[in-house]
Amino acid sequence: MTERAPAWKRYGDSLALLAGLVLLWWLLSRWAGEEALTGPAETLARAQELLQSRRFHGHVTESLTALGYALLLAALGGLGLGTWLGVRRLAGQVAEPILVALYALPKITLYPVILLIFGLGLPAKVAFGAIHGIIPVTIFTLNAVRTIRPVYLKVARTLRLTPWQAFRTVWLPAALPEIVSGQRVGFALTLLGVLIGEMFASQRGVGFVLINAIGLNDVPTIMAAAFLLAVFAATVSAILLKIDRALHRRTIRA
Amino acid sequence: MTRAGWIRTAIVLGAIAALELVTQAGLVSRHTIIPPTAMAAALWGLIASGEIVPDITKTVSNVAAAFVLSVAGGFVLGLLIHAAPRLRRALDPLLATYYAVPFFVFYPLLIVIFGMSDLPIIVIGFLFGVVAMIIATLNGLDRVPRVALKVARLSRMDPVSIALIIKFPAATPYLFTGIKLAVAYSFIGVIASEFILSGAGLGFAISYAYNNFDTPKMYALMLFILVSVTAVNMVLHTIEQRMLRRRGLAR
Repeated sequence: MTERAPAWKRYGDSLALLAGLVLLWWLLSRWAGEEALTGPAETLARAQELLQSRRFHGHVTESLTALGYALLLAALGGLGLGTWLGVRRLAGQVAEPILVALYALPKITLYPVILLIFGLGLPAKVAFGAIHGIIPVTIFTLNAVRTIRPVYLKVARTLRLTPWQAFRTVWLPAALPEIVSGQRVGFALTLLGVLIGEMFASQRGVGFVLINAIGLNDVPTIMAAAFLLAVFAATVSAILLKIDRALHRRTIRA
Repeated sequence: MTRAGWIRTAIVLGAIAALELVTQAGLVSRHTIIPPTAMAAALWGLIASGEIVPDITKTVSNVAAAFVLSVAGGFVLGLLIHAAPRLRRALDPLLATYYAVPFFVFYPLLIVIFGMSDLPIIVIGFLFGVVAMIIATLNGLDRVPRVALKVARLSRMDPVSIALIIKFPAATPYLFTGIKLAVAYSFIGVIASEFILSGAGLGFAISYAYNNFDTPKMYALMLFILVSVTAVNMVLHTIEQRMLRRRGLAR
């Protein structure tokens, strides 16, 4: 890898691009009219108003709870399932096309089934978020474990490492970068799943705030909620991306 | 078929048979889930009577439009971004976090911009698919062999023919990954928008059947989507494997 550019240079262009996008947003809102598309300043004002209202806090807490449980299920479940399928070669070969087919399926069509099984409320949202997230996490983990270089495993065998030692010192470090990439994709999809769940059948949560605002054509609230969601999602995603890149760089250098 | 292929078929058939047995035996309420044979029968009825044909046509044409737009747009945008490294570096963090933003919340705004038609839904499908294609195009262009580009320069080819004769074929395996993702995302974007927000199409028909306790119709439509998405995937997978084999890259 070549010498990395200084920080101001790396982020300066991104910031300029973001500024350009905000300008475009402002121009669009001027062109479409304030009642069709709220401009940046008004959206920020409404977002601040939302953040200060107690009712919105309740919705955020509800969504974060559902997201937390769903992420836990998707991350750990996907990790376990992916590792198992990666170690058992035949099981992995059998399962991978099924997983890929499930990944491409618009899972929203399955939402009524989830509702019929879990009923309205938190469990349905959690289940829906988890089925969105668990598949990419499993696919990434499966590939991460399967593509560990055989020579590493031979070394572990030669040194007669116990299974736990081998896992801690060989398997985990070798597979970690790809696993983190999978968790990043998993996070985005779990969030999407929870939100769709709240939009379709819920009385609480940020998804409900959104669909309610859509029903009332309350454009400032739609824009403000979408803006807050985008900021939240992008922040978490950026943090995970940073870890992801750092791990990948370390592997390349090693 | 390979050994894994046989096991896979057996597992899928076994799961269907198990569902059939459990539902036929009455272990699960008919209001929750119906036997697969009943789903297939209901689907056949819906197709034979022509009841859902308009919805199918609408959804399929919207998905097709979103797919074509995202593949073509993603490839062209990918070429342009690849040609401008500085822009690419600036775009990088945005592309990486793009899929964390739920787009269909912008549906009402798209209606204002594009009017009450199929266009907002196609745009959402496009927004879902295009970035996967851009990322795949960038990946593919990064891996075009330097020597091929040198040959192009030596033969004094113009940029358009370099793109079409050198870059496009060299990047094809990576482009194919993008195409597969674009198909999946177009389906997801279009059907999710129909489900939550629209008044027509397969997604809407499922949501309508669910709200009216029309369980057989709901499951029939789900079966239809499941089968058609899987079929499209299998066709793409076969084409991809054939292409990779021809290049001696098959797994």
